[in-house]
Amino acid sequence: MNKARHNPLNSAAAHGALILYTLIALFPVFVIIINSFKTRKAIFAEPLTPPVGDAFSLIGYQTVMKQGDFFLYFQNSFIVTVVSLFFILLFGAMAAFALSEYRFRGNTLMGLYLALGIMIPIRIGTVAILELMVQTGLINTLLALILVYTAQGLPLAVFILSEFMRQVSDDLKNAGRIDGMSEYAIFFKLVLPLVRPAMATVAVFNMIPIWNDLWFPLILAPGESTKTLTLGSQVFIGQFVTDWNAVLSALSLAILPVLVLYVIFSRQLIRGITSGAVK
Amino acid sequence: MAGRPRSHIIIFLAPAVLVYTAVMIWPLFNTLRLSLYVSEAGGRHFAGLANFRTLFGDPRWSASFWNALGNNVWFFIIHMIVQNPIGIALAAILSHPRLRFSAFYRSAIFIPTILSFVIVGFAWKLILSPIWGIAPGMLDAVGLKSLFAPWLGKEEYALTTLALISVWQFVGIPMMLIYAALLSIPEEVLEAGEIDGLTGWAAFWKIKLPLILPSIGIISILTFVGNFNAFDLIYAAQGALAGPNFSTDILGTFLYRTFFGFQLQLGDPHMGSAIATAMFVIILTGVCIYLWGIQTRMRRYQF
Repeated sequence: MNKARHNPLNSAAAHGALILYTLIALFPVFVIIINSFKTRKAIFAEPLTPPVGDAFSLIGYQTVMKQGDFFLYFQNSFIVTVVSLFFILLFGAMAAFALSEYRFRGNTLMGLYLALGIMIPIRIGTVAILELMVQTGLINTLLALILVYTAQGLPLAVFILSEFMRQVSDDLKNAGRIDGMSEYAIFFKLVLPLVRPAMATVAVFNMIPIWNDLWFPLILAPGESTKTLTLGSQVFIGQFVTDWNAVLSALSLAILPVLVLYVIFSRQLIRGITSGAVK
Repeated sequence: MAGRPRSHIIIFLAPAVLVYTAVMIWPLFNTLRLSLYVSEAGGRHFAGLANFRTLFGDPRWSASFWNALGNNVWFFIIHMIVQNPIGIALAAILSHPRLRFSAFYRSAIFIPTILSFVIVGFAWKLILSPIWGIAPGMLDAVGLKSLFAPWLGKEEYALTTLALISVWQFVGIPMMLIYAALLSIPEEVLEAGEIDGLTGWAAFWKIKLPLILPSIGIISILTFVGNFNAFDLIYAAQGALAGPNFSTDILGTFLYRTFFGFQLQLGDPHMGSAIATAMFVIILTGVCIYLWGIQTRMRRYQF
């Protein structure tokens, strides 16, 4: 078989290059996490050794737990992310169904209108968004963030989901209609379960940017009770720049939830990207 | 379908269209409109292009604007010449058909992309810090200690350093997209090339690269849009003043300081809108060049 493309030397070089880059990618994360479990002295004396023996200490985590309300920040981030994803998926799927299933005047135009937001970042409108939230009294509420992230996620969601919904068989839907199902029942009971993989793709695409966003929490919800984890860690770390134990522990605590989510969803995410969903 | 009541179409479309219009499209146009007003005691009044005259005419404003734009262009150039070639190279290696552990490499290299800018910014700040000494220590180990400088603290290096940190964070995205494009090239095409004597590098340059050009176009426009509304990394690592001495100021941080205010500077929503309008024009120009100038001219191959 095609031996020319597979010789052991090439293969070793390929692994060498990939291992080197994997080290570059993981090294900073590794250094932060191991040092978060060390005493202040060990952090400076031996930054690259694992936290064993005398070097081990949880002092940083104790400071963080005492000073920052990380549980509340985490809860805020969680609510904002989950509720935004729910609305992106529900509203996005409904609009995608209308666009892909029915022929009506203005269908193409509506599709183009909803697709505008794929390329134009919502941040450009921040000045007026802030004004809108002040006028409606939504400033410093999680709802403000949820609305913004829902609006931001909808264009791509509608685009991806309508591509998938076009592939759902017409016979199936027509069979449902003959059985007397309403259009809503067809959407919720027949179509939605069939596009579940596409919904998962949309969810993982939106999850990380929403969780990690700093711009809108900073501008729309900087209050203590509505801080998200990203903003909370930013403010916390900014205050404790000289307390290296606390800073390293806060960083590790901020890394942890995303890493757990990634381990759970990485296959879905990678499959989503590589299946060409973002053509 | 004809004759059925059509109210369900409206009900299906309404929530998405309402939220999208109210929170995205309307504020976008409202921001463009606000750039034509100025505030004064008792409200705002229409002022035509006065804000733009200030932005481009007043020496202090225009110096800040061109500084931010120039830095932003440099930020984008670094991404194009470092991030995208590395991403393509990694994807080319990963797409090797019988490579073992490729799923592991893919997942590991993608990890920085999922971290927030706050984590990335602070983590690199600590690692590059001369106080902690990880970077100088490692350079010392290979005998290059003399090369160390407090990169984030020096005007001439800070922006490039931050751009490289951003490259480190986002290299996973071009890698994944190119990887997907390479996998979709049919085996027969490569075998045909092989029969003509094209293997290894030659096969990459002459067969694969032309076939993945559309994906490279997509990556370029995604990088462009992402870079020209970037903000978080600079803010997390250098603060809103984008120090040292504004050497890392890009349009996003400039917009934030102007409209939201920072320290002694009061927020001015109308000047902020003018900057946002400039960003909108820049991004729209880039997207249009891509859509009409590049995408339509690129040959697509159907298999």
